[in-house]
Order: sequence, then C-alpha cells, then structure tokens
Amino acid sequence: MFGLRKSDSVLLLIVIVLTLFAPFILNPFPENSVMAQFNGGYPDLMQRLVIFGIFAIGFNILFGLTGYLSFGHAAFLGVGSYAGVWMIKLLTLNVIPAIIVSVIVAGAFSLLVGWISLRRSGIYFSILTLAFAQMSYSLAYSVLTPITGGETGLQPKVGDPRILDAALEEGVTPRANLFGMFMNDSYELVIGGWIFTFNVGYYIAAVCMVLAFYLSIRIFRSPFGLMLRAVKSNQQRLNYTGIESKPYTLAAFVISGMYAGLAGGLLVAMDTQAGAERMFWTASGEVVLMTILGGAGTLIGPVLGAGFIKYFENIVSKINANILETWFSFMPDGVSDLFVGLIYPFIGKGWHLTLGILFMLVVIFLPGGLVQGGQKLAGVFKNKKDGSDSASGSTSAAPAE
Amino acid sequence: MSIIKPTRRGVLRTGAIAGAGLAMPTIFTGSASAYMNEPTGSTVTLGFNVPQSGPYADEGADELRAYELAVEHLNGGGDGGMMNTFSSKELKGNGILGKKVEYVTGDTQTKADAARASAKSMIEKDGAIMITGGSSSGVAVAVQALCQEAGVIFMAGLTHSNDTTGKDKKANGFRHFFNSYMSGAALAPVLANAYGKDRKAYHLTADYNWGYTTEEAVRESTEAMGWETVNAVKTPLTQTDFSSYIAPVLQSDADVLVLNHYGGNMINSLTNAVQFGLRDKLVNGKNFEIIVPLYSRLMARGAGENVKGIFGSTNWHWSLQDEGSKAFVKSFGEKYGFPPSQAAHTTYCQTLLYADAAERAGTFNPCGIVEALEGFEFDGLGNGKTLYRAEDHQCFKDVLVVKGKENPTSEFDILEVVEVTPVAQVTYDANIAQMGGPDATLGDCNPGA
Amino acid sequence: MEAIVLQILNGLDKGSAYALIALGLTLIFGTLGVVNFAHGALFMIGAFCAVTLSKILTLSHVVIDATKKDFLGNPLKVEVPYIYDFLGESAGNVVIDWAVPLSILFAIPVMILIGFIMERGLIKHFYKRPHADQILVTFGLAIVMQEVIKYFYGANPIPTPAPDVFKGSFDFGAMLGFEANSIIYPYWRLVYFSFAAVIIGGVFAFLQFTTFGMVVRAGMADRETVGLLGINIDKRFTIMFGLAAAVAGLAGVMYTPINSPNYHMGMDFLVLSFVVVVVGGMGSLSGAVLAGFLLGILESFASMTVVLETLPGINQIIIYLVAIIVLLTRPRGLMGKAGVMEE
Repeated sequence: MFGLRKSDSVLLLIVIVLTLFAPFILNPFPENSVMAQFNGGYPDLMQRLVIFGIFAIGFNILFGLTGYLSFGHAAFLGVGSYAGVWMIKLLTLNVIPAIIVSVIVAGAFSLLVGWISLRRSGIYFSILTLAFAQMSYSLAYSVLTPITGGETGLQPKVGDPRILDAALEEGVTPRANLFGMFMNDSYELVIGGWIFTFNVGYYIAAVCMVLAFYLSIRIFRSPFGLMLRAVKSNQQRLNYTGIESKPYTLAAFVISGMYAGLAGGLLVAMDTQAGAERMFWTASGEVVLMTILGGAGTLIGPVLGAGFIKYFENIVSKINANILETWFSFMPDGVSDLFVGLIYPFIGKGWHLTLGILFMLVVIFLPGGLVQGGQKLAGVFKNKKDGSDSASGSTSAAPAE
Repeated sequence: MSIIKPTRRGVLRTGAIAGAGLAMPTIFTGSASAYMNEPTGSTVTLGFNVPQSGPYADEGADELRAYELAVEHLNGGGDGGMMNTFSSKELKGNGILGKKVEYVTGDTQTKADAARASAKSMIEKDGAIMITGGSSSGVAVAVQALCQEAGVIFMAGLTHSNDTTGKDKKANGFRHFFNSYMSGAALAPVLANAYGKDRKAYHLTADYNWGYTTEEAVRESTEAMGWETVNAVKTPLTQTDFSSYIAPVLQSDADVLVLNHYGGNMINSLTNAVQFGLRDKLVNGKNFEIIVPLYSRLMARGAGENVKGIFGSTNWHWSLQDEGSKAFVKSFGEKYGFPPSQAAHTTYCQTLLYADAAERAGTFNPCGIVEALEGFEFDGLGNGKTLYRAEDHQCFKDVLVVKGKENPTSEFDILEVVEVTPVAQVTYDANIAQMGGPDATLGDCNPGA
Repeated sequence: MEAIVLQILNGLDKGSAYALIALGLTLIFGTLGVVNFAHGALFMIGAFCAVTLSKILTLSHVVIDATKKDFLGNPLKVEVPYIYDFLGESAGNVVIDWAVPLSILFAIPVMILIGFIMERGLIKHFYKRPHADQILVTFGLAIVMQEVIKYFYGANPIPTPAPDVFKGSFDFGAMLGFEANSIIYPYWRLVYFSFAAVIIGGVFAFLQFTTFGMVVRAGMADRETVGLLGINIDKRFTIMFGLAAAVAGLAGVMYTPINSPNYHMGMDFLVLSFVVVVVGGMGSLSGAVLAGFLLGILESFASMTVVLETLPGINQIIIYLVAIIVLLTRPRGLMGKAGVMEE
C-alpha cells in the first residue's frame, strides 16, 4: 500500500485507526465516574498529543537515523510558531498560509543552524545546536521584543492588518479558521454516560501527523534513510568510501527542522499564541526525552513518547487533594487519610516527581523505550497463544537500537 | 444502554438530550447554550490556574490556599472571612446564584504555553466558567487572551506589568492587583521625602516586558520629583549572579540603586548588592540607598536580612488594620497557621468579586459579569474604597509603600507599611502612552456562543 | 581602567563557580564516559547540605512570650534554639553564624555517600548503554532529587548568610592606587575564589601525584588495557564518582551565601556547565577549568554598559556565542582530546 512493505502498511493503518478513533480511545471513562479525571479526550490535549507527535517524529529522523543528538530543536518549533502568528496577523486568519510559512521559515533557519553545527559531531554538535537555541530564546525574550512580543508573547489582535481577509464584524474576537471552520469547533457524541468530542482542529492536526508519519516511513525505508543509518553506524568508513556524508546529514537536519516548524505552525493554528519559552533548552530537552522514552530509531516510538509525556503533564498535574479524597472516600477515615497522604506527593504539584520516576523506571527496565515494552507485552501474548518464543518477531516496529 | 445526564458540562442541557436515541450529536460551539460552559446542574466550576512547579510554586501554593478558603466561604463554610466586611451584601454563603461552587486546579509552570494548555483543559474538559490565578504577567496576558477567545471570564492573579490592563487589555479580563505605573507614582513622593529630591539613580532592569514598564514608571515619576537617572542597564532573566552588574554601580556617580527585578531575580540582585556593601557607602555626601519597586513578602524572605530598610511597594500586607484585612488574616491564619501573602489576598478578592458580580448580574454570562464589574465601586476588601474602572478593567485603590523591617518579631514580619498612598495619586488616564496609548482597546465581551 | 579591573575580578569569581562545577562534570565524563545530567542536582544537594545544617543548628523549642502578640493576636511563640541550652546564647550564636563553613565538614561525607550510592546503584548499569539512555536516566534522577528537596524545603530560596566576619567588602581601589571605593569586592566572594582555587589545585594534585590518580588517568586514556593489567578500575571509578559528587557539593555549599539556594538552582547551572566542559574540550580537566574562567570573564565584560550600548543584548548570548566560535575554530574545544564523546 502506498509503496510500503506489508509490515509498514500495517503500522500505518494502526496509526490511522488510532488517530481517527482517538476521541474514543482517550475517553474510556464515563463523564460522571471517578475515573473521568483520567480522560484525555478533550480538544486541547488531543491536539497537543498529535502535534508533539509530529515534533518527535521529525526529531527521530535526525537522531534515530543519524545518531546526531540535537539539543536545540525547540528553536525551530519556536521560529515556526512566530512565523505562523505573523502570517495570521498580516495575511489571513485562515491557518493554511500560517502552517506553510512556518514550515518554510523553520526549514530555512534549520538550514543555517545545521550548516554550521554539522561541521562538528558528537557532543560538540549537541552543544552547538544548544547554543543556537539558547541564543534564539534569550534574544526573543528580550531585545527582539518588538518582533516576538517578548515575555507576553505574540497574539492576533483586532486591529491587525490581515490583508487577505474581509474586515471582522464589530465585536468579534479574531480566531483562526480553515475556510470558516474554527479550530475549536467540535461535535459531541453522547452515548450513555460517555461524551466523545470530535474537534476540527484535532482532525486537521491528525491529518498532518498521519502524512508526517507516512513520510517518515518512506524516509526510513529509502536509500536516503539507509545512507543516514550508515552515518550512524560508521561515519569514518563512509567517508573512506569516498562518500561525503554531510549533504545527507544536512538534509536530515533540515527535514527534521521542517517537521518542528510544522509542529510550531500547527500549535499556533490551534492556539494562536507564541511565546519565547517554547524555545528554552528544557523544551529542546523534552523532545529528546520523548524520543528516547518511546524508543529512538523506531518508527512509532517517538509518537508514543510524546503522548506519554504530554498526557502526564496535563492529566496528573490537575489531580488535587480534593479529588484524591473523593477517590478514597469509600474507605474508613483513617485508611483513606493514609492513602491520600501516600499518593499526595506524586500528584498535582508533584507531577514532576512522578514523571522523573517514570523516566528512570522506563530506561532501567526497558532499554528500548516504550516500544520495547510493547514488544515484550506482545511477546507475552504470543507465548500464551501459541506457546512459541517469538518475542523478537514483532511486526509492529523496527527493532530498537 | 441508558442515557445518563452529564452534569459536568454546561452545554449538554437536558433539552438537548431529551428523547434522544442511543447517540446524540450536538454542536459544541453552536447555539446549544446561551454562553460558554453555562452551568445547568446544581454546581458551578471555577478554574484555579496557579504555578505549582517552577520558581513561583510557593506563591502558587498560597494562591491556591486563598482560593480554597474563598470557595469554602462562598459555600457557607468557615467564618465567612471578607464576605462579612465586603460592601456588597449579595453573597449569602449559598454558593453563587444558588449553585454550589466547585473548582479544578492546574499548573501554569509560569510558562505561557503550559498555562494556556491547563486553562484550555479546564474550559474544555471540566467546563470551568471562569479562570483565575497566575503569578507572572507573561502568563496573565496569555491566559487572558485565551479566555477572551474562548468566551469565559479571566480574573487575573498576581500580575504587575502595565500591559495586562494596558496594551494587552481584554474585555473578558479583570485585574485587582496594582501595576507598575501605580508603584512608581506611589513610591516617588515617599522616596523624595526619605532621601531628598536631589538624587542620582542607577537602574538595573530585568530584560523583559515587566521590567521595561516598571523602569519606565519609576523613572518617569522619580524624574518628575527632580531625581536624575544616570544609567539603566538591562539584565537577562536567566541571570543568577548579578555581581558584574552591581560592581560598576559605585563607579558611576549614582547614590541610589533601583532594582526592577521580581522573584528570584530580585532576591539575587538584592543579596548581591548588599554583599557588595553598597548600603554602607557614602556617595555625594549621602548614604547610598537601594529600592525595590515591587515587593513580595513571600519572596523577600529569600533575601533574608538584606531587605532591612529597603523601600518598595506592595498590593496588600497582612499587618493592615482595617476590618477587611483583619477578617481575612484571621480566617486564613486560623485555617493554615500563618498569615496570607499579597498573592493570596488578591486571588481571594478576585474570587469574591467574581461571585458578587454574578449575583448582581443574575447570570454567569460573561457579558453580564463584565457589565456588573465595570465601574463597580466597593469597599471592605482590605484596600479601602476601590473602583473597577470600566475603561481598562483595572482596580484603582490605595497603594502601600513598605520598607523592610529592622527588627522582625517572626518570619512573617518582614515588611512594615510606611505609607498608604491615596488612590487619587496613582490614578492615571486610560489612554496614556505607558498603557499602550489610545490604540489599545478592550474590544467587546465574548460569551463564547 | 577601574571598570576593567573590576570585571576581571568578577569574571574570576564567576569563573571559579563554573570551573568547579565543570571540573566535577568532566571527571565523570572523562573517567566514566557517562553524560551526567544529574550533576547540577548534586551541586544543589550540596547547597542544601548547608541549609540542612543551619536548620539543624537552629532546631528550636517554643517559649511563649506573653508580652508580645503574633499576627492573630495570640501570645507570641518565640523559638529558642536548643543550641542555646547547650552552649549558652553567645556561643550558640557563633556556631549558628558559622553554619556555612561548618557545612563543609557535613557535606563531604554526605556527598561522597550520595556519589557512591548513585554510582553503585544506578550509573554502573549504564556504562555500556548508549549516551541517550544515560541522559534519560540521569535527567529522571535529577528531577527526582529536585522534587524531593522541593517537597521538604519549598520552592522559595532560603537565605543562608555567610558568617558575620565576611560581611562587607574589601577595597582594592585603595590598595592598587585607584580612588577609594572604585574597586570593592565582597569578602565572601574572595573566600569563594580562594576556596575554588584550593579545590581545583587539590584535585589536580591528587590525580597527578598519587598512584591512585595515575591509575585513574591511565583508565581515562585506555580503560581496557588497565583492566587487562589486573587493576580493579571499577572500584577506583566509584571513588572518582564520589569525588566528583563531593566537588560539586562543596561548590554548592560555598555558593549559598552568594545566592540563596532553591531547589532548581542545579538546572540553572546544568546547561552552562555542559557548555563550559565542551568549550574546554572533552576529557580535559585543565580545559574545563580554563574554559570556566574564560567564559566567566567574557560574561562579565559583556555586562559592561559601554559594551551593551554598542551591542544591545550581547549579555544575553555571550556564552553561547563564544561557545560557537570556539567550537568552530577549534574542533575539540580548547584542550579536548581526540575521540572522546565524538560518536
């Protein structure tokens, strides 16, 4: 299918089905149940899951294939975001120009950064990319305030030019749209106690992610992808064979920069605001963590990692002591207090702690990231089913590296 | 399979589901309800969006305590706190408009992106009708714009930059906290009194929007008093060691150092300045002085003894002796065992003001709330007579000029109130350049439906 | 002229902090080949050793003072440190006053112990894993350490002043023949600088002049061969990890009077210290120290008004700009060795 081998087609189909039915999958609990706290099927989170999925897929094309660890990828996402907001301010509230220009601007910026940084390898390369990103962040926050809005960020205003749009009606807040469909328009499907939200913005982002994922499969399986792997396994040998590796790595760098730009453009399309902290080194670190956590070098891993981290950030941080008390209210007083006391440090303001512990557990027990966890699980099921030892025969992903 | 009526989301009103089959699609942003997240059950949900991680986590924790206290009081629990001293008597302790107040919490991380994500989740998932909180202007401006777009009310927490109700003001957003302009206007006369009118000031300014507006405000008002500004240097937000900015101060001719820094920056720059012994020096025959335009008692604790004798301004302080403040300190202190911070005070006030506005408007409709709050005059919330100005949704009230206390009796007793600058002195025209000029407009209220 | 002398002083002082942290980081890089993202957290834990000790010294029992009132109007509860009961008020005060220097004694064993536990319990299993895994696990560990500290001490900075004798500043101006007050420098910062110099010198001497150090240096150069010679290099590496943790911790302890410590101070230093290490060159201890001082001094110069007027915002980016220039002109940083962390 689409020029893919069978196992890849299956994977792509799985991803399509998952994104299509995400509103169901992420909302497994009825609205009024205690567990509804863990429902993630609301527009903003669903959008973020796929957008950061795109970001991580792109990062993985560079890091997973070539082994070059960029510590400044958030800069491309940030630059893309700023470009996107400016398009929305200057041209039109339609998101298409914003997304396209984001990708182009991020691509151009990554070409510049990549061209300089790729003169070094290993940790020297990482620090070069980090330096560019930190400079972008610092300047955007301070001296570039007229362009970036600095601390308070960049937002569309009623008085913006928007040369392609007809003037807004009196009293209407400017909102991003796609040919009249607003990003936060949703359909709600009520079945029993469940509410499933189908959001316009989410499906636009989801389509982008499926395309991005498809493209990444094609890159992974192409001769170009093979060349990138060769860079990772032994660059020296590659150079001895007379092949100049830099054009390949630079191409991979720019592609992954454009993915980041796409993510940035989609972020502002869904939520028309861009701020400098999007480019801070912790944001670059986050995409590194997403990729490693999911399984660097695997196709689906980065998406899983991105989903895992964003889900935790948004769900666990919102659980507070009150909610804990309702959970355990069925227990006798003393016992419920004990449970609340035990769990309290790990939720709400302690969500970082939970995340940190999970990072450690995953990397200690699943060296290949979450993908390996999935493979192990699949292996267990297979063993149960046909009793054969085929944990390594999983078709769901390329082996972790 | 039976249909259970969901109560958490206002949009799904009984009418929409009545007589439905197994599946019933409704358009979320359509005309299903009169306004965004209209509460239809017996409860109403407020969203408390405060920093729970990052450098301002303690401030966020204090805001959250105040919110919980306010919810308790609104629902009729506790001793009622400032509800008893509030000049408007609409609140009866039976929730808001007869609906029990519930709340959800989120973590802003003091980052605009995270704050918006968390606010969106409150609006989209939990059906929050109002978002409040935050501890920086970047977050306040970002979330305010989001609320304007989504069609819910935003009651700002601690945000001091002029922009929140200046250049970036929005119809759905309201600020009780004071701002940079007011700090400058309130401080200048007190400084002129204490240090004389012939002073040379050296500014160190945090290199971002809040820093710029604060420097501008303090400069303008002190220069109007006759002070001269000899230098103004911008310092990076991420700076932790300010020695290379402090050390050259003495080589200039300056005899006053103004630290336009907040939070961690303020603690470090003040600590460094005192370390360098600036305050022991005599320049131009005068004692060298340091000024911190915006004080936060909670953060000032981090600077320890270095704050002693240093002037600054603050929105509110627990040692105030009016009835409102006393009532608030009592109910907060008895519940948590320590006095509330100014962040706690402003967020408590904002919650009460919102609830009261809803009662007076008779609806949760954002446009009704906006109408009820615009031009609203009240008293008894700890700051004396206060006006929510219609032009920019900024509260106008007295401003406290404070000084680091020389002999503190406890770890909370760090600041003493030197002067209460009357509101007339800090009032400005809504169209002045510092506030974004005549181009900055509120726009229209957005009910989101 | 005064301004330049002053900024050189500042640069040396800042540089000594960078150099100390980078030294520990590069010990771990160089000897163990581990990218340790928890190194900043070790620095932070060191600082909180000082906080903890001063908390212990000021452990108090409550005496009710009926003459004064607290904020609710109840009789004021005055906390009297136990140490007053043991030593009397004046001696007790002296001990409390000297809490930070005393913390050095407290921090050394604590930090070495933490280092040992970290290496034996966790890092050991990651020697053969890819750097990516090392980053993930040490980053996770750093978050956990941070959050534990935040849980106990809150997020706000905690003032931890230096002893009274070190308050105030020294007037270099008068000494060097400039105008009085034109070059002043706080005593504690001078102490910090000297302390850093001693520690750096100590580590170098230890590696240079002891057999232990010789073996470790050999191990850094070629771990396999040293192992083949029948030397238990693993045990020595554990000790090196403990040493690196102690160096980071001591840097933290002495830093507390300069800036009040908070739970995320480690993260603030982490990125900077990586930049310092890499600019210095991977695997080179002297490179790390040199780069620390170089970046410190350049950062100080960039904050001068004259410089800022010509290049606005240069103070925001100077460190990164210098890093880029150095890495582009010298492929392995200032003094880097070939083949270390280049894969």
